[in-house]
Amino acid sequence: MNTDLHVILNLFATSSRLQKKRAYLTIAAIAWGTVAILLLLAFGEGLKLQLDKNRRSTGENLAVMWPSETTKPWKGMPPGRPIRLRIDDVDFIRERMPELKAVHGELQAGRTALTYGRKTVNGRILGVNYVFGDDRKHYPQAGGRFLSVEDEVQRRRVIFLGDEMAKDIFGDEKPVGKTLLVNNAPYTVIGVMQKKTQMGVYGGPDGNHAVIPITTFLAQFGRDRLNVMVIQTEQPQQMKAALAKVNELFGAKYRYDPTDDRALATWDMVKSAKTTGNITIGIQLFLGIVGALTLLIGGVGVANIMYAVVKERTREIGVKMALGAKQRWIIAPFVLEALLYTFIGGALGIIIATLLVSLTSFIPIENNRVLSFLGRPTLSPEIGIATSLILGLIGLAAGYFPARRAASVDPASTLRYE
Amino acid sequence: MTDTTNKLIIRMQEIRKVYDTGKIKVEALKGINLEIEKGEMVAIVGPSGSGKSTLMNLVGCLDTPTSGIYEIGGQAVAGVTRDELADIRNRRVGFVFQAFNLLPHITALENVELPMLFGAVRPAERRERASQLLDRVGLGDRLDHKPTELSGGQMQRVAIARALAMEPDIVLADEPTGNLDSSAGGDIMSIFTDLWQQGRTIVIITHDPALSRRASRVVEIHDGRITSDQATNEAA
Ligand SMILES: Nc1ncnc2c1ncn2[C@@H]1O[C@H](COP(=O)(O)OP(=O)(O)O)[C@@H](O)[C@H]1O
Ligand SMILES: [Mg+2]
Repeated sequence: MNTDLHVILNLFATSSRLQKKRAYLTIAAIAWGTVAILLLLAFGEGLKLQLDKNRRSTGENLAVMWPSETTKPWKGMPPGRPIRLRIDDVDFIRERMPELKAVHGELQAGRTALTYGRKTVNGRILGVNYVFGDDRKHYPQAGGRFLSVEDEVQRRRVIFLGDEMAKDIFGDEKPVGKTLLVNNAPYTVIGVMQKKTQMGVYGGPDGNHAVIPITTFLAQFGRDRLNVMVIQTEQPQQMKAALAKVNELFGAKYRYDPTDDRALATWDMVKSAKTTGNITIGIQLFLGIVGALTLLIGGVGVANIMYAVVKERTREIGVKMALGAKQRWIIAPFVLEALLYTFIGGALGIIIATLLVSLTSFIPIENNRVLSFLGRPTLSPEIGIATSLILGLIGLAAGYFPARRAASVDPASTLRYE
Repeated sequence: MTDTTNKLIIRMQEIRKVYDTGKIKVEALKGINLEIEKGEMVAIVGPSGSGKSTLMNLVGCLDTPTSGIYEIGGQAVAGVTRDELADIRNRRVGFVFQAFNLLPHITALENVELPMLFGAVRPAERRERASQLLDRVGLGDRLDHKPTELSGGQMQRVAIARALAMEPDIVLADEPTGNLDSSAGGDIMSIFTDLWQQGRTIVIITHDPALSRRASRVVEIHDGRITSDQATNEAA
């Protein structure tokens, strides 16, 4: 085996090389294919990361429930009975399901007049429990804060603004500490939400609403029917059981079939995350295949040139065989040669693709609507490994098949002197 | 083993070779019986197309017979693998071709080293032996020349050095002077006679009666059959 390696490396080192032009062409074809596959995969990876981030910006492991109607008969009662949740149902669930990470209720008032100075903007106001800030990721910009438990207990007139709404009302002014009127009642602005790109939206984008304590909302608007109740689990896999338990508890309380999962209209974000996850995997697979095909074309180019080389070197091969070269000593240097071109081309491609991808990081993403949804092309170790594997396979194949032809050369007829 | 069997290097019995090109079958050899002993210098003569090169390829294990028994150095060639055949060519046979068949992109020295690379000779010894052999054929000052930088006669001398590299049982030369002018051809022929006188076994295919006269034995082939097999005066 040691001799084999010695012989093969020696033959490889002393075998004739491609003409420059051909070598450049092969290397360029592989480099181009590598750039294509890397950019496509980087694009897919960026998309995946961005979708993930956008999805998570609503909040993680959430399920949203709206009041609805029963769809199954229960204990002699017909389907179609409305089920309405109230503010105290939040505590009802919180007490009975301590395993949940968070429970909050929301009361909504659409098109409410918010006035600051001479400017009035009509917008959506939510009355929420203070936990909303964390589970729905309403993080305050510097200099502000979200609603606190005291705000809720003491029914304070404080308001937290979505970033878009804050801009609409205050323009370039700093909102925190200012007083604005909500339906003519004065509220103090305590914080403005950090900007975020959101995928899972119910009611409307978070940037466009304002939130006040649920207790204050009740006092001002006099409504205690929840528009929405939201639960949050610690882990995504706990969501299914948690929703079943919620329906058991409410089924007993409001007397509906606990298996009637539409008595409260439910949006299980964990489940839809899985679906988008599958879609992004599908997209990545598709991009990967397109890239691999491009690379394959490069590989076919290498194989083609190697076939031509084998043909040109037939006599050389015949001579080596006459001198006692074994089949594998004929095959291996060709495979090595193809691998060499593939390797150089691949390395070039990786360098170019990495440069291109790092160039995109100079494009500001903040105010770029396209990029904030598509994300930034990103190269990962997995992409590198996958691409290298594909490159290696293509190089091997591009060398092996022409080399097999080389090994099948019949030395006697090759060396015939015509 | 007796002394006589030990001396037998080539033994061919009823060797046939049929080339099957698909459309037509050409019977190039029609039952060859040939024995060559150690130390002989055999000239094979005959008209073009009579089967000389075919015979040479079979003797050198570049090809296998369609039927018949062939032994080289007491080793039967039937049924051996491709790699074993390669090994036989490497250790037992040294080829010299009409077209020289040197590898054009490597030096004379590297060309001579090549069979030793296949024969697992250590690099230092390869180098040493190759330069000695080139020295012996009068090319001691051309070690690092590429074949394109050499004349025809010089190229053929490199080829002879290469054929001797593995100390083969037999040196096979197929019209080695066919591409050379008469003076260069004469030089090459002298090298072969010298080698023979040093005890090597040599088979030369040639058209040239002047060359065949130098051999110890002349085998004539016509249409795939041996028609005459005679020792010459010089051998006696
Ligand atoms: N590879 C081959 N395929 C088909 N026919 C061949 C092949 N090699 C030799 N022949 C035929 O076999 C016969 C003998 O050829 P060859 O041994 O080359 O003759 P010589 O060397 O005496 O001129 C010729 O008729 C030739 O055409
Ligand atoms: Mg011939």
